[in-house]
Amino acid sequence: MSQVHEAPAGVSAPSGSRDLILKQLTKEYATFTAVKSLDLVVPQGSFFALLGPSGCGKTTTLRMVAGLETPTSGTIHLGETEVTYDKPYRRPVNTVFQNYALFPHLNISKNVAFGLERRGVIDVKRQVAEMLELVELTSQANKKPAQMSGGQQQRVALARALINKPEVLLLDEPLGALDLKLRRGMQLELKRIQTEVGLTFVHVTHDQEEAMTMADTIAVMNQGVIEQMGAPNELYENPKTTFVANFLGQSNLIGGEIEGRDGDHVKVRVQGALASIPTDRAHSESGKGWLGIRPEKVLIAETGQPIDAPGDVITGGYITDVSFVGVSTQYMVKMPWGQELMVFEQNTGARRMLPVGTKVDISWRPEYAFLLDASQDAKAGIEEE
Amino acid sequence: MATLDDVASPKAKRKLTGYWLILPGALWLGAFFVIPFYSLISASLFNPKGSPLTGYNMSWHFHNFVSAIDQYHAEIIRSLVYAGIATLTCLVVGYVLAYAIAFKAGRWQNLMLVMVIAPFFTSFLLRTLSWKLILSDDGKVVSFANWIHLTNVLHWVHLTSTDDRLLATPFAVIAGLTYNFLPFMVLPLYASLEKIDIRLIEASSDLYASPIRGFAKVTFPLSLPGVVAGTLLTFIPAAGDYINATLLGDPNTRMVGNVIQGLFTTQGDFANAGALSVILMVIIVGMVLVYVRTAGTEELV
Repeated sequence: MSQVHEAPAGVSAPSGSRDLILKQLTKEYATFTAVKSLDLVVPQGSFFALLGPSGCGKTTTLRMVAGLETPTSGTIHLGETEVTYDKPYRRPVNTVFQNYALFPHLNISKNVAFGLERRGVIDVKRQVAEMLELVELTSQANKKPAQMSGGQQQRVALARALINKPEVLLLDEPLGALDLKLRRGMQLELKRIQTEVGLTFVHVTHDQEEAMTMADTIAVMNQGVIEQMGAPNELYENPKTTFVANFLGQSNLIGGEIEGRDGDHVKVRVQGALASIPTDRAHSESGKGWLGIRPEKVLIAETGQPIDAPGDVITGGYITDVSFVGVSTQYMVKMPWGQELMVFEQNTGARRMLPVGTKVDISWRPEYAFLLDASQDAKAGIEEE
Repeated sequence: MATLDDVASPKAKRKLTGYWLILPGALWLGAFFVIPFYSLISASLFNPKGSPLTGYNMSWHFHNFVSAIDQYHAEIIRSLVYAGIATLTCLVVGYVLAYAIAFKAGRWQNLMLVMVIAPFFTSFLLRTLSWKLILSDDGKVVSFANWIHLTNVLHWVHLTSTDDRLLATPFAVIAGLTYNFLPFMVLPLYASLEKIDIRLIEASSDLYASPIRGFAKVTFPLSLPGVVAGTLLTFIPAAGDYINATLLGDPNTRMVGNVIQGLFTTQGDFANAGALSVILMVIIVGMVLVYVRTAGTEELV
């Protein structure tokens, strides 16, 4: 599998020389703007995920990078080279399409060979054989796409794009059509292949779990703009907007009055209690704010009982719903002001499950809470499916 | 009186359902294909000494085939050539039109399809007759063709007999055939092109195929079922057509259809007419079989 270990042109050059750079990229259609002045740098060799709900502009962005869509304004660069208006067949970029788009009249090896043959590469046969070996489809080389399963077709689509050693490989929801178990397997497989070949992968998905599992960097897109960008744990632990807080996992957002900065903390008055949030997690320092806590960061105990590792505490809740999820238990806790908070508790066996109706206190470590500007919709990014 | 047979009968009935459903089709085929086919074959073996007045003897007279080929091979070849040229012209013109309707027409798609079919609302005969007016000697088309020297080119390739007119020439007959059978080419081509997933064309472009190579490697191969269906639907009736040659041609452009028509209706030579019909049928079936084999579209036929 020499071609896999062979560094594609440009990889050996100093890092950053062939980054994918989008500058003020905009795509307007007659009735709406799909992508609004997008600025983005995808470092060379990284696994980058564009995450967002359907219609957020992520696929349009991908298609502009592939050359299948012409931007209304803005530029696309690969390192120093501008490719904004290059025809798709002239760009060192390949795509794994959402429904694979395998050529139904060609067999698997012909599908994989397509790109190389168009460029008049010699030695196509050997490269195709090696690529089919990489995706473990050697025995299927003479089958037509229609004779293969979804997972196999997905691997053919990947092989067909990868064999061209593009500088950037675009993946448009490549795992969307697979069932859950197969998807998990392919996620790990894709990650392995990416590490092995060292190409820049740009992966478009609406599945936050998939993005977090695979990507080095995630850009969360919403309504044509990037809400936040960063490493998966960074986005999860310290979201900057309510959209990110809700779209990436789940959040409890409690309304409060920000009292202001106090040293390296910001004080917030929430329903009578005073909470403090480290300044690097406080994205607003005055006026009204949303205090955010992830459900698994909320600690819970029967009123009067000690809470382990207590931080800021609010009392007076009672349990309205309990669901047992195996590794954890999910409680819904109705607070005195009427809001229901979600709490995940690990089933460590330290305590029995609390029944519905139990009066409880909740608590959280201040360093796990975050503070957002209250001008945003607290329900932004909650998928209604 | 309930017997065991009555209880078992629903099952028996169900077994017969298939045959009942086949019956109308089978009757139709029997009455309008098997019987005429039999009578045509037997007519082709009539003793040529008979006449419609005195009646014919079916005498296994295989010599009819030899004499038919001997006398009319020129018309047979001419029919195949004219139909072949008309089919190729239809394929080129029809492909462009079908491609435009399928991929480029946008909201005009339905209107364009209606326009392809609309000519069927007037009589085939009338439409062919109007070509006489279009191509008439002092008409604008002829003077324009003269002006751009098209008439000279056509004369040079032997599609016209003189270099100043279009009517009553092979060109006029082929033009008529092309015009009349174009919709039979466009519709199957459109059906096949319209089914092509646009993402496959995008994928070919993403994989370094220029638009022309993408067309050659992806779009055209995927439209092959339409090409095969369209060429068959055009070639077969065009090869047997006699209206266009009658109305737009002259005695030198007689096609096999004209000969058969003459033999049956005016000369009353049923034996030769039958033999010639069978020969035409055998040639066309043979060509179609070879063609479909080579095109490799098993799923079509």
